[in-house]
Parts: sequence; structure tokens; C-alpha cells
Amino acid sequence: MPIRCEIVSQDRTVFQGDVDIVVLPGAGGEMGVLPHHAPVLTTLKYGVVKVRRGGKEDIYAVSGGVAEVQPDIVTILADAAENVEEIDVERAQLAKKRAEEALAKGAPKSPDTLLVVEAALRRSNLRIDVARRYRKGENHFPGT
Amino acid sequence: MASAREMRLRIKSVKNISQVTRALEAVSASKVRKAVQAVTATRSYATKAWQVLTHVAAQPGRQSLHPLLTMRPSPKAALVVVITGDRGLAGAYNTNVIRYVAQQFDHYSVPVKYIAVGRKGRDLLIRRHKDLLADFSNLPAAPSFADVSAIGRLAVDEFRKGEVDEVFLLYTDFINMSRQMATVKKLLPLEIKSGEGRVMDYEQHSGPSAAYEYEPDQREILDEIIPRFTALQVYQAILESQASEHAARMIAMHNATDNAKELATAYQLQYNKMRQQTITNDILDIVGGAEALAAK
Repeated sequence: MPIRCEIVSQDRTVFQGDVDIVVLPGAGGEMGVLPHHAPVLTTLKYGVVKVRRGGKEDIYAVSGGVAEVQPDIVTILADAAENVEEIDVERAQLAKKRAEEALAKGAPKSPDTLLVVEAALRRSNLRIDVARRYRKGENHFPGT
Repeated sequence: MASAREMRLRIKSVKNISQVTRALEAVSASKVRKAVQAVTATRSYATKAWQVLTHVAAQPGRQSLHPLLTMRPSPKAALVVVITGDRGLAGAYNTNVIRYVAQQFDHYSVPVKYIAVGRKGRDLLIRRHKDLLADFSNLPAAPSFADVSAIGRLAVDEFRKGEVDEVFLLYTDFINMSRQMATVKKLLPLEIKSGEGRVMDYEQHSGPSAAYEYEPDQREILDEIIPRFTALQVYQAILESQASEHAARMIAMHNATDNAKELATAYQLQYNKMRQQTITNDILDIVGGAEALAAK
């Protein structure tokens, strides 16, 4: 019996479907969710959500958020989420550069903007990292 | 009866008005498209967030779960966040909201305070001598979550401080282009209504179940998600309202254009008749004069 999985980011539904297992980056560590899991409510760390169905695995980069686990459904409310194949690495790299430059210029005016810049930096780092590590058809470990 | 010159002026002014309303309609049409996009994009997240909140609230022992979920035994004051537009010329859009406010809260069991979002709503509430706590007018056209999170935060703070014991959200739900409905939603403490349209299909498929396990811990996670998801509901309501406003304005302007055209046609006909009448009279005069001359 499969478990339903829905990954929703603030601006769209990223994934929904019946799957065999969901692995998500919970606050207390990686968490694998199979059907009939006990109800859990957890915050998410920056990381990857893996969704497997019939031997096929999809990887999603998730920038924080909340996950609700019910016995027959996992709802992931991510601040931002995308399939690893969709990640625009160039854009992420540009964003990273922009964020780093902004931080290098010294402390921004308000703590709010600082948070925004830091979040942007973490997000782009995650995207670059995840794309490098999980993208299909690319050398996952350069140099080996 | 108006003179021919007056008629001409009137026709011209009606035609001018129809041009203005047509332009407004076109502007609203493009705005409504953007607003609908924004609202449908965030709708799934907001709906899911709301579901999670209701699941949390449906748990056994909710009274002790979190202060924001606790029902207060005898409420003494209520707060209503009223979302309207900043501008008029949107048909009955703004008045519908205010009428609904009156219907729901004029005879409410406890004193009601209001937070107005949108200038029209603020003005109408002041005119009706309501107790206005705050006013968030002139929001940007396509607000981001950060632009409006202060509204939700204020509501949560008032509730936390015990200034109010219930918080409601009153906005216009965008159903489709020709249908928008003033709607009230109880924000705090959370009310579980399983009959709520969009939540229904989900409830059937997985009802609220046993107590959650929390990671990291209950306090921390509820502290984070409850205020945030509450603010998110406000944000979503604002997006819904904006889409509704533009749609309502578009329809209103469309009707206005149609009416103006009809009026212009009617006036034109009247003017033509009048003109014909004068010509006929002139000819009669001339013929009469000619005959009189010929008779001599």
C-alpha cells in the first residue's frame, strides 16, 4: 500500500502522488516515512526530500519548512522546493555571488534584510550542492 | 426639451465616459489576470497549511497545547480584520464586505474591534462609528508575504495580550470571474469546521487522528507554525480579496461601458429625430412661404 505525498512550496505544488517511501530532512535528523507511520509534525532543515516509487527515486531540494505525517499522507510545506532536475545552477550561483557580495559589504541596515540575505545564501548553497550531488547523468564525484 | 446643442454635448460626454470605463475595464482585466495567478499559486500552500492547523487543533487536549489554540471560557472582546479595496468603482465589492460585517458583527455578543485593510473599508467603518484598532491602507498592488505579515502579527499579539479573545478574518473569496463572496473565517482560537469546502476531500481521506509526535518539541514547533500560518491565512485572504476586487471592477466597468453605449445610442436617436424635425419644419416654412408668394 502506497503513501500519498504532497510537496507544496509557497508558490506552487511541486509534487503530489502515491509513493512507497519518503525520506525527509527533519529537525531531529533524516526521517524515512513508510505507509502507516505514526502522526508526526516536524520542522524541516535545509536538505533533500527523497521520494521513491516503484524503484524510481526523485530528489527535491527543500529550503526549510514544515512536514506533517499522517498514516496515509505526508504533507511537506516547504519555504521553497524544487526537483533536482529543475534547479537552475547558474542562477543559483549568481544568487550566491550576490548574497556574498551583500554580506561582504558589511552589515545591512536592518536585521530583516540580513536574514533575507542569509536565507538567500543558504538557499543557493543548497541548490548548488544538491544539483552537484544528485543530478542524473552527471559525474557525482568529480575526481574519482 | 433640450436644445440640439445640449443634446450634442450630452452625447459627447456619454461617449467620453464610455471610453474611460472601457479603459478601466481593460486595466482591471489585466490586473485580474495577475491577481488570479497570484492567488491560485499560493492557494495550495495556504490550504494545506490550514489543514495542518486544523489537524493540530483537532487533537485531544488542545486546550493545553498552545496559548493560541486555547478557547477562552467567556470571551470579552473580539477582533475582526476587514479586508476591502483602496478604491471604489468596483461595483458592490466594498459595500458587500461592509454589509456582511454589519450582518455578522453588529449584534455580536461581545464588543468588537476592527482592523481595516483598505481605505474604503476604513472609511465605511469610521462612518459607522466602529472601534478601529488599526488601519492598513494603500497596500502595494501585488503584496509579498513580508508586506502584509504585520497584519497577522498584530492580530496574534492582541490575542496573546488578552486584549481580545477571538479573532475573525472577513474577506472576499474569489470563486470565479463573476462570483465573489464575502466570507468570514475564525482565525484565533482556531475553529475546526470540517464542512469547509476545500478541506472536505482531504478530511474524508484522512481524518484528524491520534496525537502527533513533535520534532524538535511541541512548544517550539507550535510556536513557530501557528503564528506563521495565521499570518499566511491573512495573506491569502488579501490575495483572494484583491483578485475579487479587480474582477468586480472589471464587471462593473464592463456594465458601465454597455450602459453608456446604450445611452449614447438612445440620445443619438433622439437627437436625429430632433434634427429631422427641425429640417421638416424649415422645409414646411419654405414651402409655405413659396406657396404664399406663388398665390399672389
